[in-house]
Amino acid sequence: MSNLTFKQRRYLSYTIRWLVALILIAFAIFPVLWILSTSLNPSNTLATASLIPKNIGLDNYRTLFNTPETPFGIWIWNSIKISSITTVLSVTITTLAAYAFSRFRFRGRETMLKGILLIQVFPGLLAMIAIFTLVTQFEAIVPAIGLNTHAGLILVYLGGAMGVNIWLMKGFFDTIPRAIDESAMVDGATHWQTFSQLLLPLMRPILVVIAILTFIGTYGDFILARILLKSTDQYPLMVGLFIYTSGQFSQKWGPFAAGALLGALPIMIIYLLLQDQIVGGLTQGAVKG
Amino acid sequence: MAVQALKKPQPQPTGQSATLFTVVLRLVLLLAIDAFAIWFAVRAFGEGFASLGIVVTLIAAGINYIILVRDMYPLRWMLLGLVMMSMFAIWPIILTIFVAFTNYGDGHLLTKPQSIEQISKERYLPEGGTTYSWTGYTNENGDYALWLQNAAGENYLAFPGVPLIPASEATDATDFDESGIPNEIGDYTRLNAIRIAADKNIPEIQFGSELDGVKIRSASEAAQLQQKFVYDEANDTLIDQETGTEYLPVDGRWTARNGAELTSGYRANVGVNNFTRFFQSSALRGPLTRIIIWNFAFAFLSVFSTFALGLGIAYIFNDRTIPGRKIIQSFLLIPYTIPSLITILIWKGMFNNEVGVINRTLTELFNIAPQWTVDPTLAKLAILIVNLWLGYPYFFLICSGALQAIPSDLYEAAKVDGANAFQSFFKITLPLLLVAVGPLLVASFTFNFNNFNIIFLFIEGGPPIAGSLTRAGHTDILISYVYNLAFAAGRGKEYGLGAAITIVIFAIVAIITLFQFRYTKMWEEVGEGV
Repeated sequence: MSNLTFKQRRYLSYTIRWLVALILIAFAIFPVLWILSTSLNPSNTLATASLIPKNIGLDNYRTLFNTPETPFGIWIWNSIKISSITTVLSVTITTLAAYAFSRFRFRGRETMLKGILLIQVFPGLLAMIAIFTLVTQFEAIVPAIGLNTHAGLILVYLGGAMGVNIWLMKGFFDTIPRAIDESAMVDGATHWQTFSQLLLPLMRPILVVIAILTFIGTYGDFILARILLKSTDQYPLMVGLFIYTSGQFSQKWGPFAAGALLGALPIMIIYLLLQDQIVGGLTQGAVKG
Repeated sequence: MAVQALKKPQPQPTGQSATLFTVVLRLVLLLAIDAFAIWFAVRAFGEGFASLGIVVTLIAAGINYIILVRDMYPLRWMLLGLVMMSMFAIWPIILTIFVAFTNYGDGHLLTKPQSIEQISKERYLPEGGTTYSWTGYTNENGDYALWLQNAAGENYLAFPGVPLIPASEATDATDFDESGIPNEIGDYTRLNAIRIAADKNIPEIQFGSELDGVKIRSASEAAQLQQKFVYDEANDTLIDQETGTEYLPVDGRWTARNGAELTSGYRANVGVNNFTRFFQSSALRGPLTRIIIWNFAFAFLSVFSTFALGLGIAYIFNDRTIPGRKIIQSFLLIPYTIPSLITILIWKGMFNNEVGVINRTLTELFNIAPQWTVDPTLAKLAILIVNLWLGYPYFFLICSGALQAIPSDLYEAAKVDGANAFQSFFKITLPLLLVAVGPLLVASFTFNFNNFNIIFLFIEGGPPIAGSLTRAGHTDILISYVYNLAFAAGRGKEYGLGAAITIVIFAIVAIITLFQFRYTKMWEEVGEGV
């Protein structure tokens, strides 16, 4: 076999692989192109024959923000509000607990750590009837955290704050030498001072990663919000977008496409900007620990 | 040495830093928490939520213990998390188990005392009892009022839903006739005998409040209504005062000996009834069996297809010398960056039977328009395609990493021994890969087993299974069926049965997870890791 044919075979193999890649890429990006095209097509139907609509317009985006029955702006705001509050509280709970698990030795510590893993096996989604019943009971006692309130929904989300993230975070605390704490304490610092002034700044990268993951997770929840929230102006984005595609609103695909694009954009940007940090942050802990 | 340092008791648990100010602050905070907890628990018991009251009391006791006992100092760092976890993660699991053994649902929403209270409000028009002679009034809005005179000559004014008003307090009654009956009461005017005889509304109206209700019996007589059902505490029965029938409590329904039932039931313990209904009711069993089979098939096919495609792509593009490999990779990972709910909804639009881009293209090219949301098989196929799109990037990422980790001299050795590409893939790559990604495959199976979002958002479990006792669709999986039982609009809610099915899901998930732990020896590693 001459060197030339080897090279030819190599190029043939590249060509075939690129052809396969093109088919796969078409499969991967087709929905994205389609939603972009639909959102820019003012005729408010899905019946675009070509991917590039004949007359491009922003009518769907205008409809999106100007229809009182489907208040898209409020939905986005609700989603950001709920996700942000949940993220801040959840990361706080996780960090404090992980610090205790890393720095103190106490009775039942191992059992608790394992128990946290076990509870994760049964996600809140499965217990939806019980959670609905519970929040209905709250409604009768403290209406402010009952059904159709964001506070009630956030409380339910926080039930999952003591989760696998504690393991992740604890791993990171474990990588910080205890000598740092001990020298601070010899100088008279309290646990709280050591935690908040010494360790927390060192933890910033992993805090950011966990915060982002929590935010994305909460932002993308559907079922709990759907069960616990009743009125249109309380919905988060995901429940709202579902309304556009369901029969009762006669499937307004044009505004839906615009909304889907706007709703997906923040998360896509976060991923693209921070992908390396997210992956890096997660693996770093595994390597060091 | 290091181990010793770890085991050493903490140098200063609380003592050193606990100034008077922080001690007082902590106690004040604890008092506030306790006050709130006590108030909350009392309200809970008052509303009849005994279990919630007990749980709140237990949690409050735990908070006090952790804050007051010095040894519990480490737990103070996670107090808020523990409270949230107990209330919203652990308690719902226990509550699910409780509910699974009750008939909680429409017709059984009340507790037993609430149901007795509800039924005791019912009134009937007795044969005898206190009677009045009456005069009718109406106003422009079509509201009615009565002027009542009892045998002792006492006068009352009666409106629907308001307690009887003694004549002395009925100040807006004016223009009395010779027998002391007013012609005008505020904007109400007196009805004459002919109009009353023609009026079909007035005999139907209950005047007065629930307790002193009055109804018209004849043209001249009105009578005080009486409580229809009286609860007999000694025998635990409700007795119908009108007919004398006794109603006994049977499985959350008040049932007479002849089988008649009162409409208002209550929540009762029905033992394993919810679990055995599956075996007893064929109308329930038929759809549920289909759902279970599809549930397993869906989870298996989803894992298989996403893994196969992910691995295939990773294998094809494993060669680092391919020009533009990085660009291909970023394009193929796009599905990963879009929130999956939005993706599912986008696909729902593309698969739309009439206006969806997929059917329009198929019509143009082949002149066919498959009914994706109507035909059960096509609906299942569509769901699997969407899930493939959602799931393959994950396995692509994982497999790319795992393939890099397989030492290349293994392949060279195989080549020397005369193995072809297929043999080296199935004999070397796949077995080694499965060891690495096996646990992830199991995790993916458990995730897809309960993948509510794709089933519900894409097609809401449809198309419906004909002749099903409860709302069930051909693409429903167990968890979406539970949602239907508990939350679907327009159908009777069956919380008890839904919780029972949840328990079954718990069991399946627990078995798979146990298998996963065993298989991966994860538990042992966890034990070492802490």
